[in-house]
Amino acid sequence: MPTPTLTTRIAVPERAGVSHSVATGASTKIAVRNLNFYYGKTQALHDVSLEIPERIVMAFIGPSGCGKSTLLRTLNRMNDVIPGTRVEGQVLMDGVDIYQPGTDVVDLRRKVGMVFQKSNPFPKTIFDNVAYGLRINRLTASKSELAERVEQALNDAALWSEVKDRLHTSALSLSGGQQQRLCIARALAVRPEVVLMDEPASALDPIATSKIEELIVDLKQRYTIVIVTHNMQQAARVSDTTAFFLLGKLIEVNSTEKMFTNPSEKLTEDYITGRFG
Amino acid sequence: MDQPIGGRRSPLNVNWKHLLSPTGNTGDAVFRGLLFISALLMVLIVGAMILALAAKSMPSIRQFGFHFLTSSEWNPVKNEFGALPFIYGTIVSSLIALVISVPLSLGIAIFLVEQAPRQLARPVTFLIELLAAIPSVVYGLWGIFVLAPFLRIHVEPPLQHWLGWLPLFKGPITGIGLLTGGIILAIMVTPIISAVVRDVLAAVPGSQREAALALGATKWETTRVVLVNGAPGIAGAVILGLGRAIGETMAVTMVIGNRAHISASLFESSYTIASVIANEFTEATQDLYLSALVELGLILFLVTFVVNAIARVLVWNVTRKMSGVGNA
Repeated sequence: MPTPTLTTRIAVPERAGVSHSVATGASTKIAVRNLNFYYGKTQALHDVSLEIPERIVMAFIGPSGCGKSTLLRTLNRMNDVIPGTRVEGQVLMDGVDIYQPGTDVVDLRRKVGMVFQKSNPFPKTIFDNVAYGLRINRLTASKSELAERVEQALNDAALWSEVKDRLHTSALSLSGGQQQRLCIARALAVRPEVVLMDEPASALDPIATSKIEELIVDLKQRYTIVIVTHNMQQAARVSDTTAFFLLGKLIEVNSTEKMFTNPSEKLTEDYITGRFG
Repeated sequence: MDQPIGGRRSPLNVNWKHLLSPTGNTGDAVFRGLLFISALLMVLIVGAMILALAAKSMPSIRQFGFHFLTSSEWNPVKNEFGALPFIYGTIVSSLIALVISVPLSLGIAIFLVEQAPRQLARPVTFLIELLAAIPSVVYGLWGIFVLAPFLRIHVEPPLQHWLGWLPLFKGPITGIGLLTGGIILAIMVTPIISAVVRDVLAAVPGSQREAALALGATKWETTRVVLVNGAPGIAGAVILGLGRAIGETMAVTMVIGNRAHISASLFESSYTIASVIANEFTEATQDLYLSALVELGLILFLVTFVVNAIARVLVWNVTRKMSGVGNA
């Protein structure tokens, strides 16, 4: 890592208080304002400000430990469960700060779904996995409505045709790629407004990965999607805008096309062309 | 150092060495041999115990046959021996123990794994493990001098007053009997069950909790997901506790009343298999008497053996599955 240039370069994008935003014409779904995040005494995010427009796919890229997953997990307050963490700044969803006291975190997480790096189906049937969120949040009035919503979610996750004849077998009997799509179906079933994906395809083979990527492109018609990825080709394929992080700082956010052809920051260019990271 | 096996050695020598140690290293061969003997010794001891118990109980088995298990007559003077009251006392006292201990242990384990801050969880875990280390005769003394009077004065009278219409709570209030034995057992098996359940819950991957939380699950709903994951292991822990309760001797003997007698009342005296063996083998002068006690021992041995085997398989299954999860 070229440390000397790094320190001088990082000073450039530090425009405290000024949001990075991309003119897409869409309204802002999530606005991150001057966010600092700490694991104990270690600061993992430094004054991050970022706007995520509605119904687009935004990719977070950057080397390991750059804070992209940490930022993702602040968007549904998933970091709350890690002891010793602390947040400063604001995360506004539809203009309301999700970190203000009195926020219903359970309700927030229903609106902001999440798909994890490692597929994590429950040791239950395929049907019960997808129905889980609907049941605990009491979102359906009848059994037939529940079955409809499950079918629809599985359809949305492009899994229905593969599992429709074995809905009541264990989810653990599915292949890795199917399990991950099941987890996506499970997240979609509660009809979230935002879907966060933390390297959703990093444990999958190329065919399963391309299925997930097609799915993400489909889903942005209806959802705002934020995806963390290590794979720059993946970011280029699926996202509309890309944010590049380094050492806990947001270096650049731009339309994906511009980011990968003509980035504004030298650091971004260095990373994308593989000079470090 | 040893030479590699060469062609110049006699065929007999080569064969023998090769059998002991494929790599031809003497130190390894000796080490392997010692380990093998240690392992074999345990198997031999278990086998020898079963054989000895079976052989010694032959007179009783020949005399009473299956009737031994169904007869409630235990009269050494008339040479009448039936095991039913002891089997009944053992099962009922163990079940009382589980009814009390299982919810308590689940609560403790869930608290330690899901709720308690680490600074609190560690000392509490230590204290619980300390409970398991107290000798059972000490539990027995405490049972006689503290628990029994407490139950006689503060617990059994209200139970009889409000629930006396149930056969369970009829009969004389003495503080000594099935209920007291069951409670003592509950206190003794709680550390075991809660320790195993704690390990099982801690083995549930964090990704399962995150999956539930990310779908808008509350703390309680998330805990239920964790419990579903750990269900087979929890069943194993319960059965392990049952095995311990069935075999426990000293503490129960001191508080259960030791009367070969079957009654629906939990206040009545009773007797367990382990207690009768401990109490009566010194008086068993006739061969048939001794043989009947040994046969009781054989029954106890087989029951605990089976119970433990089931528990092991269940716990082993769950821990193996946890470590194998995510084989994408």
